[in-house]
Amino acid sequence: MHQHFLEVKGLGKRFPGKDGDLVVFENASFSLERGEFVCIIGHSGCGKSTILNVLAGLDRPSEGEVYMAGREVRGPSLERGVVFQNYSLLPWRSSLSNVTFGVRARRPGWSKAQVREHSLRYLHMVGLKDGAEHRKPAQLSGGMRQRVSIARAFATEPELLLLDEPFGALDALTRGTIQDELLKVCAETHQTVFMITHDVDEAILLADRVLLMTNGPHARVAESVRVSIERPRDRTTIVHDPAYYPIRNHLVDFLVTRSRELADRARLPEASGGDPMEPLEVDPGADARAGEPSLPPQHGRLMAVNGN
Amino acid sequence: MIQSTGIRAALLSMVLLVISLGLWELSSFKPEATEAVSEYELLMGGADQEARVPPPSDVLRLAWTELSNPFYDAGPNDKGIGIQLGYSIYRVLAGFSLAALIAIPVGFLIGMSPLMYKALNPFIQVLRPISPLAWMPLALFIIKDSETSSIFVIFICSIWPMLINTAFGVASVRKDWVNVARTHELNAFQTAFQVILPAAAPTILTGMRISIGIAWLVIVAAEMLVGGTGIGYYVWNEWNNLDLTSVIFSILMIGVVGMLLDMALATATRAVQYQE
Repeated sequence: MHQHFLEVKGLGKRFPGKDGDLVVFENASFSLERGEFVCIIGHSGCGKSTILNVLAGLDRPSEGEVYMAGREVRGPSLERGVVFQNYSLLPWRSSLSNVTFGVRARRPGWSKAQVREHSLRYLHMVGLKDGAEHRKPAQLSGGMRQRVSIARAFATEPELLLLDEPFGALDALTRGTIQDELLKVCAETHQTVFMITHDVDEAILLADRVLLMTNGPHARVAESVRVSIERPRDRTTIVHDPAYYPIRNHLVDFLVTRSRELADRARLPEASGGDPMEPLEVDPGADARAGEPSLPPQHGRLMAVNGN
Repeated sequence: MIQSTGIRAALLSMVLLVISLGLWELSSFKPEATEAVSEYELLMGGADQEARVPPPSDVLRLAWTELSNPFYDAGPNDKGIGIQLGYSIYRVLAGFSLAALIAIPVGFLIGMSPLMYKALNPFIQVLRPISPLAWMPLALFIIKDSETSSIFVIFICSIWPMLINTAFGVASVRKDWVNVARTHELNAFQTAFQVILPAAAPTILTGMRISIGIAWLVIVAAEMLVGGTGIGYYVWNEWNNLDLTSVIFSILMIGVVGMLLDMALATATRAVQYQE
């Protein structure tokens, strides 16, 4: 049997309340392959961040388990690097020192010079140079800080990189350039990435697959959408790819209408506590790739989803 | 016009100083003796029937002589101002350091563990408002040494601000930073020294700064009580000698040393301060 690199099985989080438990999400099951870039999209409150924290080992699920490379995830580990939305840099350390902090923890045997050289390489990779590496985070812009945070995570060379809405607090221009850098670094390092985002275009640009979550409470990972657009991708030309709009329409349609419909259905008493189920595999770009005219999202493949 | 606020403030300070010293000097003029005074009257301060605060000129003159030879030692009741201040500073630093050695680790414990916080909080709340001098009789009885007792009084008064500030600083370290430590697999010892201590350092040092201020206030009172040496004893001794000039001079010296101690801690606080 094929073993996935990362396996999430029947994950759920509930908080005990006066009239019954509050179930944030349940039966979340999905998997990641080595070298894959997977984004997860869902409305606020569906428990995306909790899932990420469980993968990081920072939070415990109420039910279900996570396996990475065959071993159960029970706590935080250097094998799983995390980039938080608010950067989480240590403000009393310079950019470089924030990165060496991670590298020193990862490679206790390395010499000082080795750690420094390795850290500088990653800082340069995300575009931090010309003295910015010696400044404190408070003296850097939000974009620069997030670059340092990304450099720190990449420099520790984790097996799995977890990004919690890393560009959420950045302006559109900065976001674009850092996305490009992230694409470049991922292409160079073949890093396995699991990323939370709210931005459909960002997900299409970066991801191999997009996981879609229904609304909470009782949220589920409903679909796994393949982003069948060739790499290397470029933000300026990606919109001309025939698969772009079918995928985009599918994602937007899910977020606008179906995430709510599916959630309403999940809240029915008989639906709650059902069996763990794998998300439905969807490939909205397949028709476009095959040379057929792209269909509006109400047709064809989508009917299969709704009829599920 | 002078633009710099710094220079203008300094000028204004000088003007205020000159005016207040001038008023003080004028108010302490002795009235001229109108007739011949007897030897007895001369001995009692001339024709002046009222005891007057010595003028600043006298204080400055005394300050000059005292400060030009601050470390002379001519017996138990006649030591230079430097020696007296030295004793006081030594006691303050000894008691303060002992307090820091205990308050900072215990504060760490309280800050890290809500259980320890809840368990120790009632003791802290009862012990904290006790005037440090109230411990003096008990300290003298148990320790049987006035020198060590005054160090103990300094210890007990400077421990609370450090303890409470350390606990507060440690408890309010941002959870993100602790998560950074966790995802980098730092052990408890590394987390404490590489993340929590630097994050809480400004709060801890603010507590130390409050403590040293209180300690310097208390040492004067403690030394007045136990006697022997120290600036507090010196003030009280000069009062018994009715040497008001020396009293005023030593009051000024207490202020100057207190300011220097505070400045030292303020500099240390700035060194560990970080901007978020």
